Amino acid sequence: MQTDEIALSVRDIHKTFGKSKVLKGVSFDARSGDVISIIGSSGSGKSTLLRCINYLEKPDSGQIILAGEVIETRQDKDGRQYPLNKKQLLCLRSRLGMVFQNFNLWDHRTVLENIIEGPIYVLKCQRKQAVAQAEELMEKVGILEKRDQYPSQLSGGQQQRVAIARALAMQPSVMLFDEPTSALDPELVSEVVEVIRKLATENRTMVMVTHEMSLAREISSHLIFLDNGRIEEQGPPEQIMDNPKSDRLRQFLGKF
Amino acid sequence: MMTFLGNVVHWLPDLLAAAPLTLVLTLVAGVFGLVFGTILALARLSGQPLLSWPAYAFMFVMRGTPLLVQLYLIYYGLGQLMPGTWVRHSFLWPYLREGLTFALFAYSMNQAAYNAEVLRGAIQAIPKGQIEAAEAIGMTRFQILWRVRLHLAFCNCLPILISDIIILLKSTALASTITVLELMGIARMIQRQSLQIYEPLIACGLVYFAVVVVLTNIMRPMEKRLTRFRKGLE
Repeated sequence: MQTDEIALSVRDIHKTFGKSKVLKGVSFDARSGDVISIIGSSGSGKSTLLRCINYLEKPDSGQIILAGEVIETRQDKDGRQYPLNKKQLLCLRSRLGMVFQNFNLWDHRTVLENIIEGPIYVLKCQRKQAVAQAEELMEKVGILEKRDQYPSQLSGGQQQRVAIARALAMQPSVMLFDEPTSALDPELVSEVVEVIRKLATENRTMVMVTHEMSLAREISSHLIFLDNGRIEEQGPPEQIMDNPKSDRLRQFLGKF
Repeated sequence: MMTFLGNVVHWLPDLLAAAPLTLVLTLVAGVFGLVFGTILALARLSGQPLLSWPAYAFMFVMRGTPLLVQLYLIYYGLGQLMPGTWVRHSFLWPYLREGLTFALFAYSMNQAAYNAEVLRGAIQAIPKGQIEAAEAIGMTRFQILWRVRLHLAFCNCLPILISDIIILLKSTALASTITVLELMGIARMIQRQSLQIYEPLIACGLVYFAVVVVLTNIMRPMEKRLTRFRKGLE
């Protein structure tokens, strides 16, 4: 279910780390309800691209447009693009739900506290309302019984499901997944994949960097193959996976 | 032998009466040391040379010189300078000329330097991902500092902070050298007046020991509570 409304637009992102050019002009649009998966070998710039979207990395140039709102930037003396307006940056971040490879839950907060932190302190919700919402989300990702545990007491799969709930609690307009299953033991991957699959059916806009080819194929509306800092090939998953045009993509898919 | 023990017991009440002042010294310097130490640690890590260098120099000097030297310098040095200034005529003078004020100041600064060094390490040791998670959710820099960085740092170095408080408690005995009549000061006074050497000292040691035991037992549940999130980590 897609509309023509553009939820997120990434425009010509360039990024260098020292001398190495990691991103050499990447652009794509996500319409509302799109599930976009970004694939590519390690070092191709996938994670960097995702992290540029919420300015966890400052791109050298390029633009992020969220629901038509252009994020204003200025060039700093180190050559990077810094968001001009702090408020706008914080607002952008609160509307993008980020799920990290290493979960990054706050150690000193319980499952519930991790989830209600953003709604209470960023969105300024009432605590009662935030807790009620958190309970729904915990139910949804299947960790309600862990509500008062600390992250150190949970398995990787459980931690990642908490992290997903934490991101969802912000009611983001776009969800960003940065290799959400890469740090998990093989037998724990499926419980996280299950949750992501469920989200994909809810008409959410999602951008996901992943190595889970079967998941990417199943849930994506659009697949992007990133190679050496450029989009080498993109299109519907069947087309990309069954009829790869470029050698690089064929080579990459051959590894699976 | 019996009279010896009897003498020790005899001095206990007088010394117990001095214990509150020892505790006040410890707690006031502990709290100021923690607050100022946090500010110092943040200044040290700020990346601004104008902030980090003075903080570094302060910590270096305070940690590199004996506490007794600092006490003397502050009491005799600063104490001698002040009467020549406006301070002499201010309404605060009666307090400012007290040895206790100088002792509180010296201990607070000393404690701050030690706490700052511990906190600096703890702040640096916070996993970067947890700060990124806070950034990604749209928290302000202050919120991240207060609710994630400092919170985690305090919890993680709490055992060291607490053991530093215990060390501080025992080092308050030095305040007796600048006329503060805390536990050690009273013990020395009793020594002079009674011409007994060991009995007041032993009684004084017993009281210190009791205070340490009480303080440790107050802190332990707090430490447990604030570090319970690490259960699975150890």
